[in-house]
Amino acid sequence: MSDSKAAPTVVFEVLRFHPEKDKAPYLQQYSVPVTRGMTVLEGLTWIKEHIDSTLVWRSSCRMGICGSCGMFINGVPRLACNNQISHLHSDRISVKPLPNFEIIRDLVPDLESLFDRHRSVKPYLIRKDSHEQHHPVGEYFQSHQELINYIQFAYCIKCGLCLAACPTAATSDKFIGPQSLTQAWRYTIDSRDEGAGERAEQLYSSHGVYRCHFAGTCSQVCPKGVDPALAIQLAKKEAFVRAFGIRKQRRAARVAPPVENWVRNRDIPAPPTPTIEKSRA
Amino acid sequence: MKNRLNNRLGLGGWLGGGRYGVDRYAYAFHRLTGLGILAYFIMHIFVTGMRVGGQEEWERTMAFFNAPVFKAGEFLVFLAFIFHAVNGIRLVIVELACGIGRPHVPAYPYTNSTMRQRPFVVAVMILAALLMITGGVDFYFMLN
Repeated sequence: MSDSKAAPTVVFEVLRFHPEKDKAPYLQQYSVPVTRGMTVLEGLTWIKEHIDSTLVWRSSCRMGICGSCGMFINGVPRLACNNQISHLHSDRISVKPLPNFEIIRDLVPDLESLFDRHRSVKPYLIRKDSHEQHHPVGEYFQSHQELINYIQFAYCIKCGLCLAACPTAATSDKFIGPQSLTQAWRYTIDSRDEGAGERAEQLYSSHGVYRCHFAGTCSQVCPKGVDPALAIQLAKKEAFVRAFGIRKQRRAARVAPPVENWVRNRDIPAPPTPTIEKSRA
Repeated sequence: MKNRLNNRLGLGGWLGGGRYGVDRYAYAFHRLTGLGILAYFIMHIFVTGMRVGGQEEWERTMAFFNAPVFKAGEFLVFLAFIFHAVNGIRLVIVELACGIGRPHVPAYPYTNSTMRQRPFVVAVMILAALLMITGGVDFYFMLN
């Protein structure tokens, strides 16, 4: 950061590429005045508003929820909205599109390969009784511990940072990748799911969990604390214990029967009277 | 129109530690040392195969490989073997999900499995350094 307290500035070094104009990407520098708490995304917005309206990136929520603004900032995949410029401790901010994804334009990566991999692991509950699943008559039983087993992995926002940081994904486009392997494990370990066998084909394929050698960077860069490396190692452990018959196949959660003769807990106040008539549809 | 620019990092992303943590460097060194040991193994088979050519051929080969540069190379192979072996034990442990924690509800500031197994990495470095020093003393001062 500049020494001047009145107008501290940083230099944004942004990778530019226009597929219809440029043969190769190039770096462009912008001097940006930094205000307190200013994020990298706000810096890019300042550039677009004051210097170069042609700069392109993808963002939406500005609060680390949508996962749109993943970028390669100062050599590490990060969400631009989630990182303040002052926290980077540098007067030069390098901003490039996420590696291991094709570039659409400037800072916009093509995440289609991520979504294809995500779809390939069947990231949804699979039940043998599909009729019951599509015509539910009640809830599935699930204990708190069964919820804890997968809830961390359900926090994934599909930003692609883990795939951009993964050294295996850097050389192989067939590797399913930390995000999708984590989602495969998230549904496999869900007590309501019966699709472990279907997902095992992907999970334990030659491009599955055994291509991971614990570089650990996927977990380090994850902005939501999902910890893909943990999910992948748990999947490996599961295969190991099953191979040796240490753990038996669990039974999927049953549908809870309707509650009869229930009594309201007097400590919990009654809901307010409805202000509109209940729909009869 | 599909006009995309390839941005896959390739070998640089595979071997480069970049600005990631020590675990990423351990990953890169593990792969490099593995390849080094494999290269040595192939060379070793070739060299010991010289014995088939008779005693004279064997002694000529041994005399050639007694040069200091090959001795230093052999020591490098020893260092690579030590790191690969000790780090390999760590990987076996953590890849069986030991010492990396259990799933939990994430709360900021987040912790992760990479951070939790960091003591193993430190232990690997200390143990590898001790074995390398001991091996070095043995290699250069006691074998002769």
